[in-house]
Parts: sequence; structure tokens; C-alpha cells
Amino acid sequence: MKNSAEIITDKTLFQKSAPVSTVVIKDEEEIKKKMKQATIVGQVILGVGIIVLWELLTRFGILDTYYWSSPIIIVQTTWIALTEGTLLFDIVYTSGSTIIGFILGTIIGACIGLSFWWSPLYSRISEPYLVAFNSIPKLALAPVLVILLGIGFGSKVMLAFLMVVIVTALAAFSGVKAIDYDLENLLFSLGAKKHQVFTKVVIPSSMPWIISSLKINIALALAGAIVGEFIASRHGVGRMILYAGQIMDTNLVWVGVVALSILSTLMYVATVYLEKLLTRGN
Amino acid sequence: MEGRFKLEIVNNTKIFKKNGKEFIALRDVTLQIPEGRFVSIIGPSGCGKSTLFNIIAGLIKPTMGQVLLDEKNIIGENGHVGYMLQKDLLLPWRTILENVILGLEVKGYKKSESEAKALPLMHKYGLKGFEKHYPRELSGGMKQRAALLRTVLYDSDIILLDEPFGALDAQTRLVMQNWLLQIWTDLKKTVLFVTHDIDEAIYLSDDIYVLSPRPGRLKTKVTVNLPRHRSEETMASKEFVELKQLLLNLLKDEENDSKIV
Repeated sequence: MKNSAEIITDKTLFQKSAPVSTVVIKDEEEIKKKMKQATIVGQVILGVGIIVLWELLTRFGILDTYYWSSPIIIVQTTWIALTEGTLLFDIVYTSGSTIIGFILGTIIGACIGLSFWWSPLYSRISEPYLVAFNSIPKLALAPVLVILLGIGFGSKVMLAFLMVVIVTALAAFSGVKAIDYDLENLLFSLGAKKHQVFTKVVIPSSMPWIISSLKINIALALAGAIVGEFIASRHGVGRMILYAGQIMDTNLVWVGVVALSILSTLMYVATVYLEKLLTRGN
Repeated sequence: MEGRFKLEIVNNTKIFKKNGKEFIALRDVTLQIPEGRFVSIIGPSGCGKSTLFNIIAGLIKPTMGQVLLDEKNIIGENGHVGYMLQKDLLLPWRTILENVILGLEVKGYKKSESEAKALPLMHKYGLKGFEKHYPRELSGGMKQRAALLRTVLYDSDIILLDEPFGALDAQTRLVMQNWLLQIWTDLKKTVLFVTHDIDEAIYLSDDIYVLSPRPGRLKTKVTVNLPRHRSEETMASKEFVELKQLLLNLLKDEENDSKIV
């Protein structure tokens, strides 16, 4: 009788002697570490290089210091602005309105977006208005807001808030739309009430969407605060830049620009840290 | 057949309406399941298996008919049965332990209390050491284990399993089938199991119902008399092969019937 299958269990079939080699095996972690070091060194060299080049170009008169200032002049002017002027207070003022507007806008925007989960009818009625409101150039409303809220801190916070709130609401709403329907059903099948589904599924599963809008939000909030100061203000880095421009003090304009760049970088880094904090485990 | 049934589905019909057109998903389905039985439902896709399960789980209501659990009507009521789908549906932001206790949490148990209930089960049924892991770190089989333990821990006497091993490879599937039988023997739950896989149905079940498609109707009930404590050898036995042939023929008939209709 013929077997229906042929079975071979011969060692020689599966084990061939490997050729002796003298290959050096590199440690993958070592390579990663070196790569990281090289990255940091490269970044520092590039940054310092740009500043030195800028300084040299102005020294040799290729760039006119009247327009381009120079790193050393900027440092000197900054020192004066810090010690004799109000730069420090201006920075606190601008970052204050930015951060408050950012936080309020993000929280309220997220609440608006998440609230659309509760009723499909309500969300369908509201969505086109949300999109329409988002497409209004909010900065163009700045003069109205200043008239409405005065030239103080409130109008700056309001502008920063408006820049952020709708973007966040739309992001949170996208998150709500992307929720796995089966996950909701699972919770319901476990006997969960609607509010339990909301806290246990809807909020955590929309979180990545909300978080992904944070980095854009911080930049938007800063833009809102600065434009608010441009329109009318007694304090803030934006106001300082506007004032410096009016009296043709380009050095001071540059000081403002540098201050804002540092401010926005710091806020960006803080947001990245916040993101990490919120996405722990995810 | 006067005895009490754990779960009775009486004349369930479900009709959906779209653009004025009626579509019958289930017609006159009646099922009587005694306590502690392992009951499978097989049938081609689109035969209303998921509709039936959603009705039992209380997620949708039948157009007509009753669902009786311990002789009480539970139509439209959530939370009476444990329900598990082919997708593991573990919440990715929760650890395995936090996922397993989800049902108890919804019921309002204290965290320490539910963990005290969950941990022994996890240790006994192969999830020891995975408590603090997140779902994405686990293999498909392990995730299904966690999902099933979540269903089992939920403290209902009946569990509905909708193709729970459908997405697993053949080897893992066999391991999981034995694992499920172990749990079923230990905990004495009543199981309602949907599958496409005839081998799986025979290997696991006491009773197999064949559901015909469009509209879903229960036509045939096959009782599996293979002795319990089944193993791989069971699958090679003559009785097993005969049963398989019988079920294949039944399913083929269904297909032909539905073509004529």
C-alpha cells in the first residue's frame, strides 16, 4: 500500500554547517547613541554658524545694520530693554494672554467637539456653522473685539481664545466621528449608561485628536495675542515691536522678534511635554 | 421537553425598513437553551446571526417575539449576558487588567474588589504576567483570552461568543478552543457560540443549530453526542467525520434552498 504522505526526518536535510566568518557585529544601541550625539553637535554648529555669519555679514557691510541689526547689537539692546525698559513685563504679558487663551480655548473647544457625541441631530445641525465660523479670519475681528473689550488684557486673551477654540472643537469632533462603534456597543452590552460610555470610551478615544491640535493651537494663540497688541495695547511684546517700528528703531524690532521666537519655542517644547504627559500609555 | 430553560428565545422576528422596503433579518426564531449547555449556531454569512446576538444582548429589540432569561423577559435590556465579538475590542489605553475588569467597573464595583476577582482568573487562565501590559503588546490569541476573561468575569451566567476565534491562525485557534472548553467546564456557564467553522462547532458544542440565510430561520438542530473531555483525537474519530459530513450536507441544502427562493 502506498503511503498518502512521505515523511523525512533527516538531520542532514535541515542542518548545513555554516561557513566560519570573522564579521564584527555592531551594537545597534551604540550606533543609535552615536547618531544622537552627532545630531546634537550638528545642530549646535549650524545654529552658532548662522549667528556668526549674520554678525560677520553686518561687520563687513554686506548687510546693512540699519535693517538687519546684528546679533551683538541685539544682545546689547535686549540688555537695555530688560534693565531700563519693560521687556520682562512685556514678555510676561504676552505669554500670559497666550497661555490663558490657549488653555481656555483648548478645554472649551474640546468640550464643544465632544458634546457632539451626545446627539447626532444636534451635531449635524451645528457642524456647518462650526466650519463656517472656522473659516472667518478671526484676526480681522480684532478691532471689534478691542472696541468691545477694551485695550486691556481681556481682548488679547479673547483673540488667542478665538484662534484656538474652533480648531480644537473640529479636531475633537473628528475624534468623536472616528470612535469604533463596536467599542460603544461593547460598553452598552456590559450595561453601561450613556455617561459611562462617554467617560470610558468617547473621551479617551478622542484624546489623540485633541492632543494633535495642541501644537498648532499654541502658535495660533500666540498670533492672536500679538495681533491684539498690534491693534491697541499698553503692554506686550507685540506692542513693543509696533512702537519700535513707528520710531524706526529696527534694533528694538529685532529684540521683539527674537523674544517672540524664544517664547514660541519654549511654549512649543512645553506643549510637546504636555502631549507626552497626556498620551502616557497610549 | 417541559424542563426549565436558562434562556428562551421565542418566535423572534426582526424586520428592518429602508426606503419603504422591508427586509426580514430573522423570521420566527425559537431557541431553548438549558443551563450549562454549549450551543453553537452555524450558517452562511448574512443569516442574521449577529442580529440574533444583538437582540439577546439587548442592543436592539426584535420586531416580534420574546427573550426570556430565567423566565423573565429581557427585551431591550443591557447587561444580562456577556457578549464577545471576533474583534477583541480591548480599550487600547487601558492595561490588560484594567480591560478585564471593565464590566465590573461599569457595574460599580470598587477597583480593589474587582481586581481581587480578576487576578486569580488571569493567573489560572494564562494571562499571568500580562496584567500591566497594554493590548498592542499582546498576540492575537492573548488578546482574545483577555477579551473572553472580561466576558466571563462579568458575572453573567450566559456568554455569547460571536466568532471569537475567527481571526486567529489554525494552531492558535486549537489552543484557544481547548482553553475555552476548560473555562466552560470550570465555571459552568451557558455558552452560545457563533461560528463559520464546522469543525469548531462539532468540537466544542453539545448542540448545533443550523441557521438558514435571508430571512434567517432555524431549521435543524444537531445534538453532538461525542463524549466530553474532547481532544485532537476526537477530531479524527469516525463519529466526528460523520457529523461533519452531515452538517456539510445541511449547509449545502440551505445554500440550494436560498438560491431557489
